[in-house]
Amino acid sequence: MHVMYFTEQPMSAYPAEIGLETGHTALMFSNKHFDPVAGSRLYNQYLEHYIYAEEQGVEGFMLNEHHNAPFCMQAKCNIFASILAAVTKKAKIVLLGNPLPLAENPIRLAEELAMIDMISKGRLVSGFVRGGGQEQLATGVNPAFNRERFEEAHELVTAAWSRPGPFRWEGTHFQHRVVNPWAVPLQKPYPRVWIPGVLSQETIIWAAKQRYPYIALNTSIEATKKIWELYDRIALETGYESGPENRGYLQQIHVSDSEEKAERNARQFLWMQGEFTGLAHPVWSSPSGYFSPEHRRNFVEFAVGRAVNPRGRPTFEQQVADGRIFFGTPKTVIPKIRRVLEETRPSIYGIWGNDGSVSDEDARTCIRLLGQEVMPAMREIGEELGLKDPFQLNSPVHLKYSTDIKSMPQAAE
Amino acid sequence: MAAAWREEHIDLGGLKLRIGRGGSGRPLLVLHHDTGTLDKLPFYEALSAKFDVIVPNHPGFGQEAERPQWMRHPRDIASLYQWMLAELKVDRPSLVGLGFGGWIAAEMATQAPRDYHRIVLVGAMGVKPPEGHIFDQAIVSYIDYAQAGFHDPSAFARVYGDVTTEQLVDWDLCREMSFRIAWKPYMYTPSLPNLLGGVKAPALVAWGEHDRIVPRSAGELYAKSLGNARLEIVAGAGHCVDMEKPDELARLVTSFIEEN
Repeated sequence: MHVMYFTEQPMSAYPAEIGLETGHTALMFSNKHFDPVAGSRLYNQYLEHYIYAEEQGVEGFMLNEHHNAPFCMQAKCNIFASILAAVTKKAKIVLLGNPLPLAENPIRLAEELAMIDMISKGRLVSGFVRGGGQEQLATGVNPAFNRERFEEAHELVTAAWSRPGPFRWEGTHFQHRVVNPWAVPLQKPYPRVWIPGVLSQETIIWAAKQRYPYIALNTSIEATKKIWELYDRIALETGYESGPENRGYLQQIHVSDSEEKAERNARQFLWMQGEFTGLAHPVWSSPSGYFSPEHRRNFVEFAVGRAVNPRGRPTFEQQVADGRIFFGTPKTVIPKIRRVLEETRPSIYGIWGNDGSVSDEDARTCIRLLGQEVMPAMREIGEELGLKDPFQLNSPVHLKYSTDIKSMPQAAE
Repeated sequence: MAAAWREEHIDLGGLKLRIGRGGSGRPLLVLHHDTGTLDKLPFYEALSAKFDVIVPNHPGFGQEAERPQWMRHPRDIASLYQWMLAELKVDRPSLVGLGFGGWIAAEMATQAPRDYHRIVLVGAMGVKPPEGHIFDQAIVSYIDYAQAGFHDPSAFARVYGDVTTEQLVDWDLCREMSFRIAWKPYMYTPSLPNLLGGVKAPALVAWGEHDRIVPRSAGELYAKSLGNARLEIVAGAGHCVDMEKPDELARLVTSFIEEN
């Protein structure tokens, strides 16, 4: 079982009341409210947290990126990945991930990731995402071609990693005269690719067809089970049997040395959720062409304020009740995690430990308890339940590197 | 007197194009906004009293308009409409381009500068405004964008009433198609002003006095760049002059085409 530590790296030191008055805290919320002095302090604090986490026994860091919003300070996950590649020794650097459609030049991305893989001595997991709707608007990338760009950039990046150059690329969205990046990844055939997601069925289906592990982001146990039903079905149709090695999960879990303190800090998760799903215009989060056409009819009513958010806005208590937020001491939290492991059987588990304005001291306490008590217990439970991760099984990086594909029944001529 | 209004479909290169048509007289190709078009509008009715009015539904702009996956630029629509006119055997029509449709009309005129009788551009997109920017619909809701096209909110209500879910779906499709073909640069062709000088047909550039979608400086640039054009401001109207002041605009268009 691979367990990793995650935080959104919130820019908590901004005037939240101005965001509330403005009515939004994303995309168009002015960056005049960004304080680079606080930003400098927080970036360094977050870096120190990862280094500390490794010292406390954390075996993986999950990193992500967002743009134009205080809920996440990382504008380029490759920057933190590069630093951690140099200053840490053993932990996996798991990018979940680089938003492929935002890349105007995927070759450049392939080069950066190859460098990170070599500098980290093969510790990179290179997840890819579509990027949120606002990310497309913040970077000027056409949302109507988001999925096409995602799929083509994935083809191009993995080709640049695994196919000897030089070669030519004349795609629909990317054209390159010469694909021949000098730097190639240390890991062969290429670094593991994991695909995180929360809503879109297309992404689950796409990941299953590639045989890439899918990381369910903070879904309820029931929703997670539905995701695995779909993934497992597509895997069988594709010719392989999926298992725990294909399943990842990210969950909000704050641990502390007392229940009261843990609950107080766990409430900070709402800080980020309010901003993420609440304080942005729906047409920023889901620009036309970005979302699945089957949701169009429901979405347009929501976008003009005539229907409630289809994602819903569950309260803290509801999220605790349906298992999306756990808090407590290691002693009370571990049995709750065991239930998730038993019921949904993932082998990759991201723990989203700290968010909002949890103090430096409390964040470190959380990291220490995760590294020293919670994560070792999870690894033991993982062994007991047979939750082998892709590293333990040395499972194929992509479907095309599989050796166990069952040929599909052919239709009669 | 209202002319009989009919719907025609023609197949162009694997695409089924939907066309509204009514009236008789000189042919008049009317090109609608980026918000699509209602099937019947008082402006179309008024023009059909004097002209053979042809209103193609831009491909991809609404539930009834099949989306061509290959289309990447409004110039593609312009070329498709040249083809359509040939199929319909329409000779020397006049062009009336409304907002986004004005961009398509301007592209058509530069592609075939001798083929058009008269050209009317109303609040036309297509050139980079020397001052200000073309309003970015990506950051506002569908209703807010459509309303921004009107100076008088009651005119918007008169046209759209209580906005239906079907209309919202149409607007989302229109927006998606606009993104597919005009995302960057947003709503203009950088080279277009350099080509407008070749257009010798008399042109009328009409602009709503209170256009909030396309700055008037774009209209001034059109009037300056076209070979033979004048700029006319329509008092009390926003961007969608055709829907806000249909009779005034129809009179302006009719007299312009008839006087020349």
